[in-house]
Parts: sequence; structure tokens; C-alpha cells
Amino acid sequence: MHNREALGGKLLTKPFWILLGLAGIAGLLIIKRFLFGIGAVTNLSDGYPWGIWIVYDVLVGTALGCGGYSIALLVYIFNKGEYHPLIRAALMTSAFGYTLAGVSIFIDIGRYWQMYNIFLPWFMNFNSIMFEVAACIATYVLILWIEFSPTFMEKLKAHNALGKMNKIIFVFIAIGILLPTMHQSSLGSLMIIAGEKVSPIWQTGWLPLLFLITAIAMGYAIVVFESLFSAVALRRPLDETPLLGKLSGAMIPLLIVFMLIRFGDLAWRGQLGNIFNDGLLGFFFIMENILFLIPIVILASAENRMKASKLFWASGAMLLGGALYRFDTFLVAFDPGLGYHYFPSASEIMITVGIISIEIMAYLIFVKKLPVLTAVKPS
Amino acid sequence: MNLERRDFLKVLSVGALTAGNVTSVFADIRKTLSPGAVGILYDGTICIGCKACEAACKQYNDMPPESGSLEKAHGVTDIWDVSNDLSENTLNKIKLYQDGDASERNREENGFAFVKRACMHCVDPDCVSACPVTALTKNEVTGIVEYNKDACIGCRYCMVACPYNVPKFEYSEALPLIQKCEMCAHRQAEGDIPACCEFCPTGASLFGSVTDLLEEARKRVKLVAGSTYDYPMRSMDSGDLTPKTVAPYINYIYGEKEGGGTQYLLLSAVPFAKLGLPELSETSGASKSESIQHGIYKGMIAPVALLGGLLYGAYQTTKNENTEG
Repeated sequence: MHNREALGGKLLTKPFWILLGLAGIAGLLIIKRFLFGIGAVTNLSDGYPWGIWIVYDVLVGTALGCGGYSIALLVYIFNKGEYHPLIRAALMTSAFGYTLAGVSIFIDIGRYWQMYNIFLPWFMNFNSIMFEVAACIATYVLILWIEFSPTFMEKLKAHNALGKMNKIIFVFIAIGILLPTMHQSSLGSLMIIAGEKVSPIWQTGWLPLLFLITAIAMGYAIVVFESLFSAVALRRPLDETPLLGKLSGAMIPLLIVFMLIRFGDLAWRGQLGNIFNDGLLGFFFIMENILFLIPIVILASAENRMKASKLFWASGAMLLGGALYRFDTFLVAFDPGLGYHYFPSASEIMITVGIISIEIMAYLIFVKKLPVLTAVKPS
Repeated sequence: MNLERRDFLKVLSVGALTAGNVTSVFADIRKTLSPGAVGILYDGTICIGCKACEAACKQYNDMPPESGSLEKAHGVTDIWDVSNDLSENTLNKIKLYQDGDASERNREENGFAFVKRACMHCVDPDCVSACPVTALTKNEVTGIVEYNKDACIGCRYCMVACPYNVPKFEYSEALPLIQKCEMCAHRQAEGDIPACCEFCPTGASLFGSVTDLLEEARKRVKLVAGSTYDYPMRSMDSGDLTPKTVAPYINYIYGEKEGGGTQYLLLSAVPFAKLGLPELSETSGASKSESIQHGIYKGMIAPVALLGGLLYGAYQTTKNENTEG
């Protein structure tokens, strides 16, 4: 058993005001997008129909939201109860990440007022990877908030509801593991249909498994990274370091399997040479792999796994590597031909920055007002 | 805790995912032309680049001309159409290839040639497979790839999926649509042929059943350069023939095999790669994508089995807990 506490303290700090300002700018730009169309705020084109809203907010955003999923896998399926203290904060970040990915999708899709068509049986296309991804993510957002709901019930002292919830929560936990397994792999499958438009260094039938493995690894990395970062930022003791060190060890086998599949597949398809032929793409490929090697090398040492600073760099590199792998697959390695180019516009970036700001503000509000973080041991 | 259960779950989850991936290697050609499939044969060697097809396309599909920046700067619009490529207002497009001094037509070096771009109406269209809400459909009789705006959510996955970058999105509209050539389905419903073929003065855009068009194309690529051939005008069965001198055809029908085949076929005297047409494998992206997806989700067996295991695991772990969330 462990206790959780709301941190309390002042909410409207200076950083909070800055975040609020950034969110406000994004809000104005979002109004502009709805009045004048997507072209008014983005550099998207007929060649590059997806930009950072999809690649950062949805692909990277939901992978960063895999903390709840990855920890639930360990706690409930591999029965590692020791990680239970981490699960609530992880679930909360997951709920934010996925909810805001949903908001981004709403801003990004052109005919948003018909978004519900996804759920109308006569419109569903079961051949479409996008259908699977959209239906799965929408359901998972709901599941995440249900999984997180005991936190609200505790705050409201709704003991009756809490008791009932704890009896049936295993159903939501199970669905909450199934859904990310499905859509995090399918997010990778999305690019298979783009065929020759994606460089053969990234285009492979293994995309679903490669995306799933990195999403789970990023799930562990975000829990470690966020715990350490918030401990420092919120001036809490680094009590959890040994546990986080043990948790971060889970990234090693995942990354090794990832690399074996990745390089094995490239060798099998005779594409290893392309890494060196293709200047810019080769550079990005090597960058990705360096970022994946950093956590393997750092975390291989048991001594390093006890040091908060080493864990911080290892998990940070893991997150950057996973993010870069997603950017590469969807944007850098994506070449529609005909001279199309894409780099996000300032407005496009500001909307993404605004959404990240909202996420951080929500985190601050929640940890200060709700029993999310593990209580500091009574002195 | 029971170790066997853990191992069972591990095997189950890893197995469920990898089983699907292994099948992916075996994607193959899976869709064939419908017997009533109609198409367009564009023969670049007899195209004179007059763009009558573009004007007719715009007229019969209610598309406005596009203005250039110079015209816009002077407040002049809708006089000339200066579209550069296919766009949300331009569903077909004649493009010019030129090399060196461009002194001779239908020659790769120091020559020039025309190519027409429009929706290829793929036999196994990636856009149809990609669309989450069935807004893009392949007509079962004609094989035309049609768009339903009432279903479309504007996710633009069709644009990502299309190897030819054909579907276009109205980026400057608050309430945007996807635009693409529907082979004048509305004209065909009234017994007419697509506007681009109807108004082509040379027979470069030729309408007909895909089987007939393929036969015609196979005949043309075997013709001796410099000989005379009677080219059908407008449609295969119009009976209207024009004799022309045969250009040195490249012995290749673009669209016969690309991505599983298309209902829009192209002939040329200049290599297709030079004309901006992509080199594609003989299987569609859709067949690769769907074989993986259906491999993983076949009969929903793997997900349901996985869910069963997860429910059992989560129940075992939570039944002794009290107030943990």
C-alpha cells in the first residue's frame, strides 16, 4: 500500500502564465483555421497532406501517452506490483496525451462536422487502417478517463462509487491494454499503403511491430523522464529513482528486439547499402539509431540505473529516438515526388506549442489539486 | 503468481502480432477489372497540347479557371487558366516535357512531348482502401472511383495513399472537399462520354471499355514509326477515324500493370519516368496494407483471444486490491 497526495500550492505561477499565453495564441490561430481553412495557417499541400499536427500531436503525442499502457502491462499482466505507485501519474499523462491528440485530429481534419461518420456502421471501412486507428483511439480516450476516474472519486470522497469501480476496473484495464496494442501498431501500418512514396529504408511490412515496440519503450521512458523532471521542477525528493532505474531496464530488451528486426529486415530486403547512398535520409537513419543506442548503453550498467541524471539522459534519448523514428517515417522519408516540399509554418508550430502548453497546465492543475503523486514519506 | 499464465500471455501477445506480419510478405495481385470497366487511353504521341480537354473538363465539372500571381496582382481573374498541375480546381492537366532545344516532338533528347494527368481509376485503388468512412468507392460496374462528400471527414489519408497524388484538398475553404476526376460519371449516366474525350480534337484522349483500350494500346506500341495508322476519335466505337503518321512508341503501356493496373492508360514516345509518372510495383499499396491488417485481425480472433487473456490477467491481479486505481 502507498498513499497519494495532492501537492497543493499556488497554481498561477509565472511559468503557468507563460503557458496560458502560448495557449491563448494557439486559440486565436485555431479560430483563424476554422474561419479561413487549413491552408490559412499551415504549409500543408497536395503532396504533403499531413504535417506536424498529425506527426507530432497524434503519432508522437499518443506514443508519449503510452505510459499508462506500458506500466499497466507490467503491473497487471506481468504482475509486477512494485510499479503500482507509478501507474496513476502515468495514466493521467496518457489521458492528457490521448485527449489532446483527439483535439488535434479535430483541428486537422477538413470536414470535422462529419467526424461522427467513423461510428456510423454504413460508413465504416474495415479495410482502412485509418478506420481502425480512429475508432480505437476514440474508444481508448474514454477508457483512459474511466481508468483514471478513481482519482476523482477519492477527491470527492465517493467511497461507494469507488468500491463498485474497483470491482469492475479490471475490464477497463484489459481493454486499456488491448486498444493501444492495436492502434499503436496500426499507426505504423498507416504508411504501408503509401508504398513507394516512403523511402525503402523505412517502408516495410514490419512497421506495425516496430511502431508498437517503440511505443511501449517510449511509455517506460516517459514515466521515468516525467517523474524525474517533475521531481526537480516541483522540488520533490528523488525517492523513486531506484524504482525508475529498474523500470528503465525494460527498455533494453525492447530496443534490442527493435534493432534486430530493423536491421534484419533491411538486410533481408538488401537495403542496408541505401543507408550510405542516400545522404540526408542516411543521416536521419543514423541519428535515430544513435538515439536508440544511448539508452541501451547507459542502462546496461546497473550502477547507471541508480543515478537520476543517467536515467534522465537515457529516457530523454529514448523519447527523442522514438519521436524521430515517427517523424522520419511520416515526413522525412515521405517523398510524394513532383517537387513537393514541406516545413511547418509558424502558425502551425504555434498551434502545436499551444496544445503542449495546455497539456503541461493540465498536469500542474491535476498534481496540485488531485491525489496523483505518491505521498512523500512522513518525516 | 502462476508463472505459466504469464508465459502463455507473452506467447499469445507476441504471436498474435507477428503472425500478421509474416503474411505481409505474401501480398499479391488480388483484384481484377470488372467486365463493364470503362477507361481512357491517352496517347501522348498524338496530343498537340491544345488543352481543349482541360477547358471542357472545367466547363462540365463547374471548375473555375485558376489565376496566376501576376493576374492577381493586377486584380484580373478568371480570364486565363494558368493552373500548373492538378489541383482542387483542375481535375485533368496537360503537361509539357522538354529537353535541350526542344526542336522535335515526341523525342526524348532535344525534343518535347505532352502528357495528360488525371485520376488513374486504379483497378485496386489505394484511396478506396485507405478511406475510413467509405467516401471513396469503386463503382462495381464501371470501375470509376467515385467520391461521396457526405461521408468524407477530410482526413486526407487518400492523398497520402494515392501513388499519383491525385486526390486534392480545398485548403483555402472553411468547409473543404476532396476533388478528383470521376471520369464524368454524371455525363456517362446520360449516355455521354467524358468531356476530355468528347472535345479532344486529335483522339489523344480516347474513351472506351478498358479491354478494348488495352487491345488498341497493344496494337499501337507495335506499329512501325513513320507508317500511317487510322486513330479512332473520341471513343473506341465512334467510327470516326483520322489517319496520322506513327511516332516511335515506347513499347510499354503505362497503367497496364502499375499498382495492380489502372483504367486510365498512357502511351508515349518519351520514357514515362521523364513525364513524372512514378515507377510502381505490380501490386497495389492497398493489397500490401490490407493483407497485413487482415492478417492481424483475421476474424478478430487474435484481438479477442488477447482480450480474454488480458481480462483474466487483470482480474487475477486486481481482485485482492482494495482502493487502488
